[in-house]
Amino acid sequence: MGEDKVLVEIEREIVGGDFQSAGDVSSELKKVLQQVGFPPSFNRRIVIAAYEAEMNVVIHAYRGVFTTQIYEDQVHIEVDDQGPGIPDLELAFQEGYSTAPPHIREMGFGAGYGLSNMKKCSDRLEIDTRVGEGTKVIMDFFLNSEE
Amino acid sequence: MRVTQIVEPLKAEVVVGERMEEQDIEGGYCGDLLSDCIANAKEGSVWVTIQSHPNTVAVAVLVGIPCIVVSNYQEINEETRKRAQKEGVTILRTSLTSYQAVSVLFSLGIPGTKRHG
Repeated sequence: MGEDKVLVEIEREIVGGDFQSAGDVSSELKKVLQQVGFPPSFNRRIVIAAYEAEMNVVIHAYRGVFTTQIYEDQVHIEVDDQGPGIPDLELAFQEGYSTAPPHIREMGFGAGYGLSNMKKCSDRLEIDTRVGEGTKVIMDFFLNSEE
Repeated sequence: MRVTQIVEPLKAEVVVGERMEEQDIEGGYCGDLLSDCIANAKEGSVWVTIQSHPNTVAVAVLVGIPCIVVSNYQEINEETRKRAQKEGVTILRTSLTSYQAVSVLFSLGIPGTKRHG
């Protein structure tokens, strides 16, 4: 990444519990990615992972900051939230495991596929979490990993 | 197939449809979990679901879904309508169940599709 030039940088706030605006940051990112002109399949997996990261903040945290740097051949996303943190990461990665309350699940959220979707769609995923403080999700997407 | 062509077979009410004249459907997806839809639905699909809150529109926009069919005649609130109007997503509402709606769409020749084949 070092010497590559950043084409676009986005930084947006995400508010926990704000289901009305949920998905707005990912929508904006999708439009920017389309403008940059990446292949649709590359954009799609970035958007899936970005949406899941965004929704995790809306569902579980108080607030978060979503930042993206778009390079010529790579996209870097960081989502840093103030929230409850994840006590057992291994468990959280299991498909279907969720700590979302019933009223969230009834809306079709919090079914326990967020982290696994992020893992499947990203080329590198790092999660730094502290219980009672918050969670930072770092994801990288490399254009050359596309077939 | 045009979105306008599925309204009558589904016995659907057009809740938001300003752009339906120009929207094409290439396939279909059915499900109520948003993470499932966003990961697996293919662009250009009609989406049959019982979810009708504003975030379904956000998911439709992210996937590239032109039309949401809300089954079981679920209530569709003002926020959802506004968001769909703003984003140009068509919303149809039918009293059919999801299974019945999918059966109708399939009989019209709309195949089930999934991202990555």
